[in-house]
Amino acid sequence: MLQADGAIAAKAFKRTGALRAAGIVALACGALALPFAATAIGDPALISLATRIVIYAIAAASLNLILGYGGLVSFGHAAYFGVGAYAVGILYFHFHEAAPFLGFIPGTNRLLIAVPVAVATSAIFALVLGALSLRTAGLQFIMITLAFAQMVFFLFVSLKYYGGDDGLIVRRRDVLLDFDMADDTTFYFVCLAVAAAYFFVFWRVVESRFGLVLGGIRQNERRLAAIGISTYRYKLVAFVIAGAGAGLAGALMANFAKFVSPDLLHWSQSGDLMIMVILGGSATLFGPLIGAGMLIGLETVLTGWTEHWQAVLGPLLILVALFTRGGVVSLFTAPGGASHA
Amino acid sequence: MLEPLLRIDNLTKRFGSLAANDGLSLDVLPGEVHAVIGPNGAGKTTLISQLFGELAPDAGSIVFAGRDIGPLATAERVRIGLARSFQVTELLPDYSAVDNVALAVQARIGHSFRFWANARADPLLREQALQALRRVGLEDRGDVAVSEMSHGEQKQLELAIALAAKPRLLLLDEPMAGLGTTESAATVALLESLKGATTILLVEHDMDAVFALADRVSVLANGRCIATGAAADVRSDPAARQAYLGEGSA
Repeated sequence: MLQADGAIAAKAFKRTGALRAAGIVALACGALALPFAATAIGDPALISLATRIVIYAIAAASLNLILGYGGLVSFGHAAYFGVGAYAVGILYFHFHEAAPFLGFIPGTNRLLIAVPVAVATSAIFALVLGALSLRTAGLQFIMITLAFAQMVFFLFVSLKYYGGDDGLIVRRRDVLLDFDMADDTTFYFVCLAVAAAYFFVFWRVVESRFGLVLGGIRQNERRLAAIGISTYRYKLVAFVIAGAGAGLAGALMANFAKFVSPDLLHWSQSGDLMIMVILGGSATLFGPLIGAGMLIGLETVLTGWTEHWQAVLGPLLILVALFTRGGVVSLFTAPGGASHA
Repeated sequence: MLEPLLRIDNLTKRFGSLAANDGLSLDVLPGEVHAVIGPNGAGKTTLISQLFGELAPDAGSIVFAGRDIGPLATAERVRIGLARSFQVTELLPDYSAVDNVALAVQARIGHSFRFWANARADPLLREQALQALRRVGLEDRGDVAVSEMSHGEQKQLELAIALAAKPRLLLLDEPMAGLGTTESAATVALLESLKGATTILLVEHDMDAVFALADRVSVLANGRCIATGAAADVRSDPAARQAYLGEGSA
């Protein structure tokens, strides 16, 4: 009897593995073929849509690390997304004006410099705000992350030098080697490559010793203390990794839109990222990607019908919450596979 | 005279006007199984929670291996050799049994700031986790999610996790509670096999188990230790009988 249970579990696990491998291959083929298909059917706007989905998938996945895996309900993730975007915008601004930032840091229009700077800046923001926020838990944590994000939002609103409310225009996308970054298809492939690398690293991290500790924090912090793990440090490191990921996505977003503004840091952006994670499936590798695809896709389709598109989105979210345990991604995985996902 | 591994002196913990521990003193010698018995509300779980750093005492001191551990947080106490099993299980329900134990092994052997290698494919962690599962008889249930295990299995998993930490002092809070007779007997046999190698502070209501296992027994009543001695002596102590043994069928 016990043996049989084990065998069924093992079979389900293998099936999940095979399904997942097939899914990844299909996804990769679809993503690679998309720009050509879009051009062929004469709808090049699809490429921009796909680029946005890919960028938001990175941002949502980074939130998923703390929200889904770590169980830390951060309601201020847009702050790190926006800081990453502004890092690109501000570096470009100083490059364009040929006046160094703070009088000694030269601006740049090189992606290979701007993106790491954006990631590092977001990580530093996350380190400082996380170190303070993580002293609280539960509802207080939700409120304090929101409050800090609002502070960062108003900080950028007040920076008149960088456009304040109106934001900052990035005239040309950052340069990368000899690629024609102005070409939407090229830029899509750049984002796709970054996302593929990001998801690969993400997958390693959540399966690592660190990842297992993080998943344990979600399930039962008292148990972790009882085996000798001081959880605060792990939560803080996870918070920083998540912030860095959001900064990466923000840096790509600034390049994609060629524009940054405080809207990127608005609390509703944090809400959108949470919706993507929960809609797609929290604590799963590809849930945020599916969630980003669904939310942005729905927004695009529904706004074509009505400006009150959120009236349709709301009930859909309720249906997902009611009828799928663990988001849309759970429809594709075998039962019992969730704990291995 | 052996130097005690654990010395509890005048420990006091009040909840409002109720003193759960009221000037409680006792010590645990290295290698012994020291049982703590007493009626419900005598302060046994309060005692364990203070030893483990989950509750802060109002007064008194706890010295473990010659060191005052009062200021240490739970995780720090675990790292110097304490482990506990919980009366109401505290497990990681989404993880498999082997994951639960492997995480304890992982925590024992060092920090977990390792971000790349797949922890579930680490033979060192897996092997030690399986060993601990084997000791409690769960070796065939390693891949089962904890949320799908029976209460008895979860209690045994608690023990496996505590053992995987290789503690110097094991605090067991009613390890037999809710177990069937077979599981109970298996647990007694397991604890018997630990005797001498691991020092154990055992809180238990099952008197047969207590008298089968304990080298010494302390009787708690109203937050104080009213008698300590060899199992046979305590059994015949009139105060102890009145406080506790008289109630049960022991």
